[in-house]
Amino acid sequence: MDRRDSSKTDGGKTAGNTDRRNLSVALAMAALVCGMVGMSYAAVPLYQLFCQVTGYGGTTQRAEKAPDTVLERTLSVRFDANLARGMDWEFKPVQHKIEVRIGDSMLAHYEATNNAKAAITGTATFNVTPEAAGQYFNKIECFCFTEQTLEPGARTDMPLTFFIDPEIVNDPEARNIQEITLSYTFFPVEDGATVAATRKKAGGADGT
Amino acid sequence: MAGKAATAHHDDHPTGLKRYLFSTNHKDIGTLYLIFALVGGIVGGILSIGMRMELQHPGMQIFADPHMFNAFTTAHGLIMVFFMIMPSLFGGFGNWIVPLQIGAPDMAFPRLNNISFWLLPPAFALLLISMFVPGPPGGDGVGGGWTVYAPLSTSGSPGPAMDFAILSLHVAGASSILSAINFITTIFNMRAPGMTLHKMPLFVWSILVTAFLLLLALPVLAGAITMLLTDRNFGTTFFEASGGGDPILFQHLFWFFGHPEVYIIILPAFGLISHVISTFSNKPIFGYLGMAYAMAAIGAVGFVVWAHHMYTAGISLNTQAYFVAATMVIAVPTGVKIFSWIATMWGGSIQFKTPMLWAFGFIFLFTLGGVTGVVLANAGVDRALHDTYYVVAHFHYVLSLGATFGLFAGWYYWFPKITGYMYSEFIGKLHFWVSFIGVNLVFFPQHFLGLAGMPRRYADYPDAFAGWNYVSSVGSYISGFGVLIFLFGVFLAFQRKEKAADNPWGEGATTLEWTLSSPPPFHQFEQLPKIK
Repeated sequence: MDRRDSSKTDGGKTAGNTDRRNLSVALAMAALVCGMVGMSYAAVPLYQLFCQVTGYGGTTQRAEKAPDTVLERTLSVRFDANLARGMDWEFKPVQHKIEVRIGDSMLAHYEATNNAKAAITGTATFNVTPEAAGQYFNKIECFCFTEQTLEPGARTDMPLTFFIDPEIVNDPEARNIQEITLSYTFFPVEDGATVAATRKKAGGADGT
Repeated sequence: MAGKAATAHHDDHPTGLKRYLFSTNHKDIGTLYLIFALVGGIVGGILSIGMRMELQHPGMQIFADPHMFNAFTTAHGLIMVFFMIMPSLFGGFGNWIVPLQIGAPDMAFPRLNNISFWLLPPAFALLLISMFVPGPPGGDGVGGGWTVYAPLSTSGSPGPAMDFAILSLHVAGASSILSAINFITTIFNMRAPGMTLHKMPLFVWSILVTAFLLLLALPVLAGAITMLLTDRNFGTTFFEASGGGDPILFQHLFWFFGHPEVYIIILPAFGLISHVISTFSNKPIFGYLGMAYAMAAIGAVGFVVWAHHMYTAGISLNTQAYFVAATMVIAVPTGVKIFSWIATMWGGSIQFKTPMLWAFGFIFLFTLGGVTGVVLANAGVDRALHDTYYVVAHFHYVLSLGATFGLFAGWYYWFPKITGYMYSEFIGKLHFWVSFIGVNLVFFPQHFLGLAGMPRRYADYPDAFAGWNYVSSVGSYISGFGVLIFLFGVFLAFQRKEKAADNPWGEGATTLEWTLSSPPPFHQFEQLPKIK
């Protein structure tokens, strides 16, 4: 842009002058395009950060310890268990529903059995509904924090410790929630889990 | 480049294939864009008639399986957006008219212009190929709709069809980005002496705003579909929950592009409608500055309303409230434009020529679609109407009918200038009335179907929806017949060769293109015009 100003001193609009001005506008616009591509990739970590901070989409929180205050009010927490396609486990909650006092830390259990003939490593994704409860649902300990490996035929107990933040009663969007459902889905941990790999696998399955 | 063009004193130019394949002339490239859009529109239109034939009666009619219907829907949407409306309004009229209206000899980067166009045919070919290669297990083509949401577009569609479609969008996007850079440079640097931004014709304003929207929105689409591509083929997990990704992120990225995209489609029509209405009312446009800044405002606000497409995707109440309010704000600048068009006509000596009829049709249909848009902007209402035919009716009223009626207004308005021949007024008016009746028969009943709860993207429906679907299908055949009348009108104009005057519209037409011959010389404005 400053080139444009300096070129004005030599008076007329020569062809070279115009070309230079055109080039500088075009380069600025090309930089804008590159910036927007960068922004779209920057959206990936920013979105994750945003979800973790705000509890957006029912993202639960992690805490070191339970709060000091425990309220009289109780909530019921339901437990839900899911398996991704191709995950040859049996996975279910030990208790389906418990009543918890807000602020009190609670222990709950899931149970998983590996039905396959090989060891399987799994990792669980999780969220809660209603989604507005996400930022008040805190986990102190959870099997979902790490990958879990089960030997063939092995059965294991999967505990989690959680509490509900007393701040929930001050949130107009969340204070009327009576029941929170905590849901887990176990996915197999494998390398190269691409569509191409699935395609190959599906082709192999058809062949046999 | 521009200097060279200005020094060429003769009207001689390369002929035959060489003239078009290697063309650096904005008018030739504009013509190529218009022809390309015509082909795209016919292919996309045939796909839509296929869909209406399927939906004419309950049960399966012409398609072997429902996936094929969805593949038609997807291809119809992508073709109409990327290979019909954008190449005609932005590429075609933009290339033809912008340099003429600002008094420039050509575009700033004529060779870049050539690449912009010639990227489109391969992009179109990639999309057509994707219809014939395997998509999901047991079906050909992409069935995920133009929105290609993950995970249906990743694990749900393992075949190469999706990859072809993604590459098609990449190439088409690159084409649009290059041409947007070209337009911005041309408009900023090559206006005739004395033409300040505030004296620039409104069509040029609309192309300028559209070009900026393209530069800001398309890279985000390119990023999002590149993530899809790497998720599918290279093991990344941007949208894959098992690897810590989130499919909802794709929806955010897509609609951050997708919502500005609808303004990219409609803004050039806004610009040219202003010229048509001013010309045939024989009055300057009412509220010129308001009109220009309304377009800029629509473009700007268009970037902060994307999640109104995602009310049902689980966004919090407060976020929904914001997106409802922001969306409704867009009705304000849009209202400024509609009332200014009406005020332009008010007290004018109106000539009911064909372009003016299309402009009336545009205002009527666009306003109707705008009103249903305000209805859908309400998160509560949208909860019930999301993904029903009410939405289909809404966006076809604004885009399919609004934008194409704008397109035809521009076509008949500039046809004498572009070709040098006068079109048949009777055929033009017949084309208008048949199309107007046809498209309203197609889409108005879809409001009723949507309110009754008929969901989009299904090849079949319960018997209760049969009546209005039948009406809608009949309407599509009438509209299809309208297209045949249009093509006949074009054929007739070239066959009659009735010479058009330099300015066939009289003193209402005040922009610079009417000071040139019809058709304009191969190189124009060797002496730059001075604007007072």
